[in-house]
Amino acid sequence: MSTALPSKSAVAIDRALSEGRAALIGYLPAGFPDVETTIEAGVAMAENGVDLIEIGIPYSDPVMDGQVIQEATVEALANGFTVNQVFDVVAGITARTDAAVLVMTYWNPVMRMGVPEFSRRLSEAGGAGLITPDLTPDEAGEWIAASDEFGLDRVFLVAPSTSAERMQVTVEASRGFVYAVSIMGITGARTSVSTAAREVVAAAHEAGAERACVGLGVSTADHVREIAEYADGVIVGTALVAALRDGGVPALAALIQDLSTGTRKS
Amino acid sequence: MTDTQPPEAARPGQTADNTADAFLNGESLRHAGGPYFGAYGGRWMPESLIAALDELEDTFEKAKADPDFTAQVAELNRNYSGRPSLLTEASRFAVHAGGVRIFLKREDLNHTGSHKINNVLGQALLAKRMGKTRVIAETGAGQHGVASATAAALLGLECVVYMGAEDCRRQSLNVARMQLLGAEVIPVTNGSQTLKDAINDALRDWVANVDTTHYLLGTAAGAHPFPAMVRYFHEVIGEEAREQILDQTGRLPDAVCACIGGGSNAIGIFHGFLDDRGVALYGFEAGGDGVDTGRHAATITLGRPGVLHGARSYLMQDDDGQTIESHSISAGLDYPGVGPEHSYLADIGRVAYEPITDAEAMEAFRLLCRTEGIIPAIESAHALAGAIKVGQRLAADAADPSQCLVLVNLSGRGDKDVATAAEWFDLLPEDSPEAEIGQEGEQL
Repeated sequence: MSTALPSKSAVAIDRALSEGRAALIGYLPAGFPDVETTIEAGVAMAENGVDLIEIGIPYSDPVMDGQVIQEATVEALANGFTVNQVFDVVAGITARTDAAVLVMTYWNPVMRMGVPEFSRRLSEAGGAGLITPDLTPDEAGEWIAASDEFGLDRVFLVAPSTSAERMQVTVEASRGFVYAVSIMGITGARTSVSTAAREVVAAAHEAGAERACVGLGVSTADHVREIAEYADGVIVGTALVAALRDGGVPALAALIQDLSTGTRKS
Repeated sequence: MTDTQPPEAARPGQTADNTADAFLNGESLRHAGGPYFGAYGGRWMPESLIAALDELEDTFEKAKADPDFTAQVAELNRNYSGRPSLLTEASRFAVHAGGVRIFLKREDLNHTGSHKINNVLGQALLAKRMGKTRVIAETGAGQHGVASATAAALLGLECVVYMGAEDCRRQSLNVARMQLLGAEVIPVTNGSQTLKDAINDALRDWVANVDTTHYLLGTAAGAHPFPAMVRYFHEVIGEEAREQILDQTGRLPDAVCACIGGGSNAIGIFHGFLDDRGVALYGFEAGGDGVDTGRHAATITLGRPGVLHGARSYLMQDDDGQTIESHSISAGLDYPGVGPEHSYLADIGRVAYEPITDAEAMEAFRLLCRTEGIIPAIESAHALAGAIKVGQRLAADAADPSQCLVLVNLSGRGDKDVATAAEWFDLLPEDSPEAEIGQEGEQL
């Protein structure tokens, strides 16, 4: 057991908070359009203001993802992405930046490799932990044991529909931060951020979460500014994927710079 | 990466948990309540949907114990669906199965033409009890979509059906049927555009609309409580069949045969016989072009445990855990997963699961048409082809084969499959639109 190891996600979020701002968390799927680009894009995100990076594993049945991310992950798989390569991406980014690098994955690819094996390799690659959109603490016994052994963060999701009882259980099972889903829905840019997000974060803090970060539907600096008022971190995904798709790494870097103007906590 | 890896551990008896021991110790296998069936089942779902699953489980458990609800279900089964469905002896067909006696449980005679109506009526009633005004469903060939649209029309619910874009074109008459019943059909263009992608899109809809919407899942798979709940509404098949065969023959059958896609008709008929240890149970999976070709849907025969659509179960997946596309001439069996209770029953050896190829199924399809005057669904034809094999095996070991009884769940009628079958048997002029549709069905 090495739970005494500091949480890499917590360190990165706390560093941002100590500078008077919410952490900026950026998502990209691995292998879109190829592994080298994902590494370059991850480094560019860190250099332009992202504190934590989420690397998604492209998966055949992404039930929590909207059109933009689905299309990107379909392309990554068509280009030959394999799960092994996610460790190359994590190692490639952590070697060149101080950002905490988490992997976001649907559970079956992890189960297929074997939870302890996946955890060991993620740890060796310098990864911070896992965000698990379709794994709740109820089914996470094996992952909790493996993440304890390798000192990895366990980022579970909480939602507007989460009961007080489940909030408590989920916050206690999490390590690093809890991921507050802003609305009932799937990933995708939206014109406004639901007011439910503020309540989910308040409930998470109430349940003892030291860090709660908000994601789903966040796409503009104004969204970031609004969420930074009450949350410890702001998660952006679809907008970044679209920027990388349409304008490559330079467009992604420019969007990160713009988004990071919103992180200052007033 | 290949799609047909051997199982990692020997079966049966692979599960180390105590429910397997319970079976070996002779305890009842009936009415397993979930969430786990041995090492399978559970709730591998986004947190956003857990509250809805909890509400559904709670509503279902209370409804089961409420005489008003069970009376309502029984009344609809009797006066709307036409239950009990008949048990018909198929003597001329049985000549081709070694001379054993074969009995058909006639789910094809239910309203809407298959067993699917049993489950949709029950779930639609639950949706009403939860105060939901809208149901969503997935469908492959359209049978569950038609059944869902039917139940929604009957009970005054809004209904949206997700269906692969390719299936919509191929099954345009079933799309029209759903629309006539007042449902909206949404073609799914994501992923492989098949049944599993229709389920994905239905789940995406459910996450966003869960306050008003019940997801009327069509098979005994998915997250708890779906596998146990869908089975509950289909248990009537096995209960009726057990009573009917006792009435007609004075004894229990030697074997019960059913086809398996997700496995709802099979779990329904098996349930009546799970504790009759002398009754052999057989589930026939879609072998497609053959299990050595990679083009099949033989999930238990060749899959490996994994999680898909909320449950841990056998799954057709590659070395990376990516779901592999299934193939079958029968759209209703064309699913790369299977209900978790079947995975458990396979592991403990209570049910034997075997593949039936497209060609074997179509031969049995033709045979039933010609010998009994019944056109079966191609799904059900897999069970018929399996029954021929089982009958021949039984006959080989029997002094008097006519003393052997085989029960087959004829889960649906074949009207929907006429174009596919006509193409398979080359009955259509080459330039007819029906030939085009049938050919596409065959290429599934």
